[in-house]
Amino acid sequence: MSLLRAERVMTGRCLVRSLRDPDGTVTAVVAPVAIMLLFVTVFGAAMEDMAGGSYVEYVTPGVMLLCAGFGAAMTATAVHADLSTGVVRRLRTMPVRASSVITGHVAASVLRNLLSTAIVLLVAVALGFRPQAGPLEWLGAAALVAGYITVLTVLAAAWGLASGGPDTAATFAFAALFPPYLSTAFVPVEGLPGFLHGVAAHQPVTPVTETLRALTSGAGPGEHAWAAVLWLTALGLAGAALTGWLFRRAAGRR
Amino acid sequence: METRTLPGAAPAVVVRGLRKAYGGAEVLAGIDLDVPAGGVFALLGPNGAGKTTLIDVLTTLVRPDAGTAEVLGLDVVRRARRVRHVISATGQYATVDEELTGRENLVMVARLLGAGRRAARDRAAALLERFDLADAADRRVAEYSGGMRRRLDLAAGLTGSPAVLFLDEPTTGMDTRARRALWRTIGALAADGTTVLLTTQYLEEADVLADRIAVLDRGRIVAQGSPAELKDRVGGEWIELSLADGGTERVPGEATADHLRRVLDERHRAGIAVSRVAVRGPGMDDVFLALTGNGGGRP
Repeated sequence: MSLLRAERVMTGRCLVRSLRDPDGTVTAVVAPVAIMLLFVTVFGAAMEDMAGGSYVEYVTPGVMLLCAGFGAAMTATAVHADLSTGVVRRLRTMPVRASSVITGHVAASVLRNLLSTAIVLLVAVALGFRPQAGPLEWLGAAALVAGYITVLTVLAAAWGLASGGPDTAATFAFAALFPPYLSTAFVPVEGLPGFLHGVAAHQPVTPVTETLRALTSGAGPGEHAWAAVLWLTALGLAGAALTGWLFRRAAGRR
Repeated sequence: METRTLPGAAPAVVVRGLRKAYGGAEVLAGIDLDVPAGGVFALLGPNGAGKTTLIDVLTTLVRPDAGTAEVLGLDVVRRARRVRHVISATGQYATVDEELTGRENLVMVARLLGAGRRAARDRAAALLERFDLADAADRRVAEYSGGMRRRLDLAAGLTGSPAVLFLDEPTTGMDTRARRALWRTIGALAADGTTVLLTTQYLEEADVLADRIAVLDRGRIVAQGSPAELKDRVGGEWIELSLADGGTERVPGEATADHLRRVLDERHRAGIAVSRVAVRGPGMDDVFLALTGNGGGRP
């Protein structure tokens, strides 16, 4: 009954905050729609050849991850704000796990950005995306996206904890935009300039995108799935350890 | 006000030889403190005296470098979790969530402390009523005035009915009206049996509110006692004569009838016309100045 009570309460708090924050709503709902339209209608025609078929089929998984990642990155500012106001201080004087403030941000981010990803998917379908996934593949796709959001949120939380001010904290959202562009999310490897081949082939966003693409196209997890899972697990564990350490340090600083 | 300590009652806070340094600078330089259970205890000191650090140690936020501190007999380091069940702390900075309404904030705190949904809503409603926030209950805290925020903060701190309440500079930045209203609230809390330990740099606040005061200066307790005892330490009373020519004269000594008669007779014989006589004692300002060599702040 009282299992993870503090975590559930703090998640609820973050969700209410998200609903009330106009910037958050724009990021979660309007931006995915705009980005999807931008890629498919503006770049779509030019990209058909390179993508080897319909660009909306190619780009949808990438846009899903781009939007989810950007939304997750907003956590950096939120965590920093809680640390600089008295929220964390109050929790630490209460008989409550103070880390629930971070867990709450992470859980709320996963829920918020899964919704945002679903919106991308709906817009994509409206633009001609025809996923062929079966129930198991959908489950796998959802788990993969949730994992990707969790890892990015945890890293964002670490950044927010380490930031000296709100502006520094906000730069994470900006930085989070880049890795998808330097992966195979929008352009296949062969379409990227030569010096980026190595980067695109060996960075985590590529296997995650390729696996998501394989799953939604009904082709099973595909050859990149292990790399995707290993990357997410490793980054997730490292991020969680870093966040935990930074939280204890930041919370005990005063 | 008299101290409401029952004989034999366990003290609320006991501190022995407490030290804390930050980067080589000693913030607490060996503090010994006994706060009796019940009533209001004020830690009075100028900025940088170590008040907030002492509160941070007592509320389990900061580990001391040396010495011990107990709240209701519980060691704040070894039994931090137990201590958190019996205390509540409200800091200089509002700890409420600006994006949530007053009601949502209090429900959240009650839920965190283990109340069910229904009980949390009832508790929040009762606290909003008690702190005169019922009308603003469903407005976002971002729209609250400073005084309303402090009241909500205090209400949040009282959600769990703590036995010992720590208030770090509760009225800093408040206007006079809001400050007096909060003083009444704090007084009422103490009357209900909560032990209140507050820090302040305002002499008047300590004088009006506190049953006992400890004066903190550069990490040390330089004096402890009731407001009256502290004033006595600085010196006795004096007679202040307002002269007909507009001047005033201070005559030291207790205002006994004999002394007063003698003083007035002397002036009369010397042809000095005295228009008014007043008996004065040292104020908290004098105490503060004498003890810390520092005027402190004024509300």
